[in-house]
Amino acid sequence: MPNPSAPRQSGRQQDPAVRRTNFEEVAHTFTKEEALAEADRCLNCPTHPCQNACPVGVHIPAFIAKIKAGDVGAAASEIMKTSLLPAICGRVCPQEKHCEGHCVLKAKFGSVNIGGLERYAADTARAEGALRPPVPSVSTGKKVICIGSGPSSLACAAELRRAGHDVTVLEALHAYGGVLRYGIPSFRLPREVINKEVETVQSMGVKFKTDVLVGATITLKELLEEYDAVYIGSGAGLPMMLGIPGENAVGVYSANEFLTRVNLMQAYKFPQTDTPIRVGRRVIVLGGGNSAMDAARCAMRLQPETVTVAYRRSREEMPARAAEVEHAQEEGVKFEYLVTPKEVVKDENGRVTGVRFTRNELGAPDEKGRRRPVEIPDSDFVEPADTVITAIGQRPNPTISKTTPDLKVTERGVIALNEKGETSLRGVFAGGDIIRGGATVLLAMNDGIAAARKINEYLGEK
Amino acid sequence: MKENEILLKEQLNDVVMKFVIYKPLVAKAAKAGQFVILRGREGGERVPVTLVDWDAHKGTITVIIQSIGKSTFMFNSLSQGDCFLNILGPLGTPVAIENYGATAVIGGGVGIAEVYPIAKALKAAGNKVISVLGARTKDLLILEPEMKAVSDMTISCTDDGSYGQKGMVTDALRGIVEAGEKINAGFVIGPIPMMKFTSKLMLELGIEPYASLNPIMLDGTGMCGGCRVTVEGKVRFACVDGPMFPARTIDFDELIRRTGEYKDKEKLAVSQCEKDHKCKLGLH
Repeated sequence: MPNPSAPRQSGRQQDPAVRRTNFEEVAHTFTKEEALAEADRCLNCPTHPCQNACPVGVHIPAFIAKIKAGDVGAAASEIMKTSLLPAICGRVCPQEKHCEGHCVLKAKFGSVNIGGLERYAADTARAEGALRPPVPSVSTGKKVICIGSGPSSLACAAELRRAGHDVTVLEALHAYGGVLRYGIPSFRLPREVINKEVETVQSMGVKFKTDVLVGATITLKELLEEYDAVYIGSGAGLPMMLGIPGENAVGVYSANEFLTRVNLMQAYKFPQTDTPIRVGRRVIVLGGGNSAMDAARCAMRLQPETVTVAYRRSREEMPARAAEVEHAQEEGVKFEYLVTPKEVVKDENGRVTGVRFTRNELGAPDEKGRRRPVEIPDSDFVEPADTVITAIGQRPNPTISKTTPDLKVTERGVIALNEKGETSLRGVFAGGDIIRGGATVLLAMNDGIAAARKINEYLGEK
Repeated sequence: MKENEILLKEQLNDVVMKFVIYKPLVAKAAKAGQFVILRGREGGERVPVTLVDWDAHKGTITVIIQSIGKSTFMFNSLSQGDCFLNILGPLGTPVAIENYGATAVIGGGVGIAEVYPIAKALKAAGNKVISVLGARTKDLLILEPEMKAVSDMTISCTDDGSYGQKGMVTDALRGIVEAGEKINAGFVIGPIPMMKFTSKLMLELGIEPYASLNPIMLDGTGMCGGCRVTVEGKVRFACVDGPMFPARTIDFDELIRRTGEYKDKEKLAVSQCEKDHKCKLGLH
């Protein structure tokens, strides 16, 4: 009998005082006992609102039932019917917005910890050698290129391979995973998990190549001569700058640079690794999204005296996931709300000494329903800082579109899709941040899976 | 032949090595003024290095590297037959090669190697190419024969007078113009102060200056923004918008400050490396 009123298992976490000094994962994978107790809470309700709310439609009650039956391999296979990156999704999906946000237990007892269970199934099945990637269909003889090796492209590549196509993934950097690798810190997503998920896709027969920047190393046109279809999942990859005086002062990082140094280049191990990073005594992070939280939490682990996130609206409007904000606060990150940066203040050597802000109050809601910040006159103040990290968003990297004049892009620089989800070039499909301009891992994956279906149809008709 | 394999290594002087590397896709796509990002080992830095030459037919690229820190020293310790771990390119916007009439091409130190492909392309486009090569001393002056082969006039100078004219490239350039040469465009690559003063002089002499900037880079694809420079009062990314920019409005002083950000850490890396390997990099 299910036991829904049992307390929700939240899993063990590293103590905040300890974890703010290391880059090890914050949350531990469920033990078998925790997983069984949590699986037992699931009512296996016939309407499964959780599954309906999942963008990729993971068979949630079914995989939980398999955990309950003690077969983690079967549980992982059940997830992988619709999502081939379960260890990543279990960790970085905003479950509170999707599956767990719709669990029937939510109001009364607290939602089933679906993310924790997904992660348990993937990690445990993998550790026990019971994680079996799907066997690809018989070869179709069609060749497809996926540009980028981030979540969108990985998901697309895996689905295309499952359908029997010959698939190659091209990555511009020296390691696979895209934003999972350079953006998301190891304390949220260990590098080993990314490696293993990529290996799973490789084991299905997908080929991978590093150091190819499409638009520079090879053009999209050249790829189209050799391949039957192309998926562009090259991500956002162009940081927005503040456009305020002083933003080129020494000691100002974009979140992309800061996170890439820490996550991709492992600068926190310098000088064992060769890429340096510098945080001074006082760090200010400008922005309120997930990148701002990641940057603030990485900065904290480099052990400055203070890390402050400065956001122009209030906590309520802040786009970062609630759990990330809580984790950051537990780790000692401070928050300054309702402030707009006006200038990076520097000394005579061009080095940052602070940020000049004005204070805001909340005005009328904007088109997304978030209340707009309105400046309070004569409210300027300077907050001292030695390091400033700007995390105010990204736009699509123009490398491909600049070298492919026939490929239509919108004013925002994102690749334009028609009502059927196709780009302006025949045989070229796109998804993830290159069409969204900066979204979540899950939406990117979902785009990749949806595009794989379209590519499949396209290749069938071709 | 393996991709990234060093087919030929040649020592140009104590600290400068030339490598010919098998990298067919880059060789096929390369244009003058572009660069590659190299990595030598796991945990290694991503280091931008100018493409000096390429041969699409043979599938090879040529780079010339000066040992200035741990990473470049380790690159220069690689041997023929070894492979670079990663090579990404060609990156950056190619230099706009037009027929400017008479052009000045100025290279300082290892910058001579970097400016060579531009001289070659300008010559091929029908320009009169006047090259000025500068180095501290005779042993550090590289690629003089190669530069002569693509230039209508070549002047070499050394700070100590051990070879060619004694003095700076700026002295030589002023001399050429004062002798009656009318030059329309000038391309300069070298240490930042040298580029700053040469650009300034060119403006005085009525030459439109262009300089290739070398800020700290990470990915080289426009993703991180670490290579921000200020040109015409605007923030530009050297990796994708450059590295060559019209020099009349470059904020060279900001560039000097930003490239100095990790000097202390670079020293630490060298001393740590010497301790670990019980060797002397000779880079202090």
